[in-house]
Amino acid sequence: MEVLGILIPVSLFLGAGGLVAFWWLLRKGQFDDPEGDAHRILRDDYDDKPK
Amino acid sequence: MSTFAEPPRPSACPACDVAPLAEQISGPVATQARLMLALPDIHCAGCISGVERALQALPGVHDAHVNLTLRRVAVEADLEIEAEALCDVLTRAGYEAHELDPGVLAATETDARGRALLMRLAVAVFAMMNVMLLSVAVWSGAEGATRDMMHWVSAAIAIPAVIFTGQPFYTSAYAALKGGRLNMDVPITLAIALAVGTSLYETMLSGEHAYFDAAIALCTFLLAGRYLDHRTRANARSAAQELAALEVPRALRLTGQGSSQRTETVAAADLRPGDLVRVLPGGRIPVDGQVTSGHTELDRSLMTGESLPAAAAPGDAVHAGETNLTGPITIEVQAAGRDTELARIADLVAVAEAGRNNYTSIADAAARLYAPGVHIIAALAAIGWFLATMDLRVALNIAAAVLIITCPCALGLAVPAVTTAASARLFRKGVLIKSGTALERLAEVDTVVFDKTGTLTDGAPEPLGLDQLDPQTSRVALAISQGSAHPLAQALANELSAQGVKPALVDGIVEIPGFGVEGYWQGKLVRLGRAGWVGGCHAVGETATYLRIAEAPAQVITFMDTLREGAAELVVGLQAQGKRVVLLSGDVEPAVAHFAERIGISEVIAEARPEAKAMAVADLAEGGAKVLMVGDGLNDTAALTAAHVSISPASALEAARAASDMVLTGRSLTSILDAMATSVAARRRIKENFTIATVYNLLAVPLAVAGLCSPLIAALAMSTSSLTVSLNALRLR
Repeated sequence: MEVLGILIPVSLFLGAGGLVAFWWLLRKGQFDDPEGDAHRILRDDYDDKPK
Repeated sequence: MSTFAEPPRPSACPACDVAPLAEQISGPVATQARLMLALPDIHCAGCISGVERALQALPGVHDAHVNLTLRRVAVEADLEIEAEALCDVLTRAGYEAHELDPGVLAATETDARGRALLMRLAVAVFAMMNVMLLSVAVWSGAEGATRDMMHWVSAAIAIPAVIFTGQPFYTSAYAALKGGRLNMDVPITLAIALAVGTSLYETMLSGEHAYFDAAIALCTFLLAGRYLDHRTRANARSAAQELAALEVPRALRLTGQGSSQRTETVAAADLRPGDLVRVLPGGRIPVDGQVTSGHTELDRSLMTGESLPAAAAPGDAVHAGETNLTGPITIEVQAAGRDTELARIADLVAVAEAGRNNYTSIADAAARLYAPGVHIIAALAAIGWFLATMDLRVALNIAAAVLIITCPCALGLAVPAVTTAASARLFRKGVLIKSGTALERLAEVDTVVFDKTGTLTDGAPEPLGLDQLDPQTSRVALAISQGSAHPLAQALANELSAQGVKPALVDGIVEIPGFGVEGYWQGKLVRLGRAGWVGGCHAVGETATYLRIAEAPAQVITFMDTLREGAAELVVGLQAQGKRVVLLSGDVEPAVAHFAERIGISEVIAEARPEAKAMAVADLAEGGAKVLMVGDGLNDTAALTAAHVSISPASALEAARAASDMVLTGRSLTSILDAMATSVAARRRIKENFTIATVYNLLAVPLAVAGLCSPLIAALAMSTSSLTVSLNALRLR
């Protein structure tokens, strides 16, 4: 059971990594226009000026 | 770019809006402005490209970015670019566009509360998953030191998480208790505090049961409900703001005498009685007053519902809110700001608002029964166990279990999940919901009251009997009608062009404001306009214009209101559902009666002034009817506010949209039928959800009171009821 001493911190660390990533995405406005971004990548002129 | 600290409030009172708006205009000087346009019809990648390309091709436009989720486009452009011009460009490119208030941009970008809730939710989910994982070990039989370690690690994660994520509940509960009330948040806070407290105590004593997982799960589910609720409300708020098209009441004031006379632009609020104001064709009259010079025609439809433009000559009274159509006029101000006809209507709205009976939503009614009930059961269980065992630890454990089991996770999700699903569905159908309880109220409607002009009709007249004109006359009519800004002339010109008629060569075309337009065709005088001015005929009773070539008898061209798209289907659909349909118009009796017959409405109230409209709606409500009012004009605002629930089209005046509970974003009226069907379905789902939540509670509470509820049962009951409720709500999409 000693392995728990390593596994629990590791799992917490990984979870916290996901939490920080989510916070970063939220700040970057990745959820502002999900529908538009999905369509935007399919545009013909996307390759000319990706943004 | 100038972002406003506080977005302008869309109040029904134009006078109140003047002051803050004027301040914003005189604010920091910006070289670029950000304009927002609503695009209700866009739906694909092609639309994104089309809209952005069309806008970016314009000189003065620096950037255009479409947001497909919100169906709007943000345009960075030079200051002199008008939103109206952009709308025109998009309409020509085939995309319906409306101007939005840029204040909404500030509101959505600084939606700090929504973000904070989402962040709390994320932390709660993270903590819940970790604590649940640790709890699985305990549930599957960990003992001794391992169990204690699991409990301590759970405590280390759950306690800070609960303190951080539960803040919205604690503050709300504190505010309620301070005010001597009970709300849903009081039992929630108590349950969380008791669960964490007893669990910590149990852990210290190496006890068997710890409810850390339940406490954090409680926070998670409730935050999910709270977040959905916030989103619906924020959307509702921004819908109200975004549709408050930025229309700053400004006026051109004349200063100086004789040849040194000049005009200056001032806020309408700064005008005083006695000032002279110039109103150009196409402009909205900012004040009540008297015409001192110039002839014109006024569109009064927003004020009175009259579909026909009225002529105005020196000496005639004009009112704020009317639109000047053909010629420039000068007005002497008699009343401005709070004294105008407009402000009087705003007062009527305030009265109607006060008289509106407070609607108790299904959720509020449930909460009112729920909160005291939970406390009584928990207290009784604790007292009973204490008396039976004389052990405070057991009694507190039981009380915590009862509070956790009965905690309103499912109740907190039941309504927000349904409203979110329903608003998403209606948004796709072109209906914006501004008020949280509007759907519930719409589901109860049994009487529908329509305004005529601008609601059931397009406001654009349609010429009749053009095929009776000989080709030569048609060509002359087209040429001369193109020279006028009058709505009848424009309707005539559009219809004739659409029929493929080529204009004849008519020169020297002059518009005589207030009378008509004249010109010379093959040396002969041609006049199109009022019967008395054209001469050679008698005026007919209907809406008509008269065309006279030289001394020949004048030709009468009559007009009829065009029906708005979907109006006929809507009325038929409502009548088929057994709803009572009433037409309530400010227009003259014959026009209303004729129209009602055409669209098939038998109950008609005509020539109703704004206060009469509000009275009529109030009388219907008095008689027990649940009234849905559909209207667009200023004269409808009081009636819209007085009704049980109200809807206005996107083309409505901002005051009318501010007064209504829902706004149609598209042109067609048939989405009202969709909204009604969805609202009935939503109400059924809400009631189902409450039933489901109650059944779970009824099953689990006896277990908790009997002391048989382990943390595992609590976790299972809470999760399954929340999930069932959310899934049931999603069926609505």
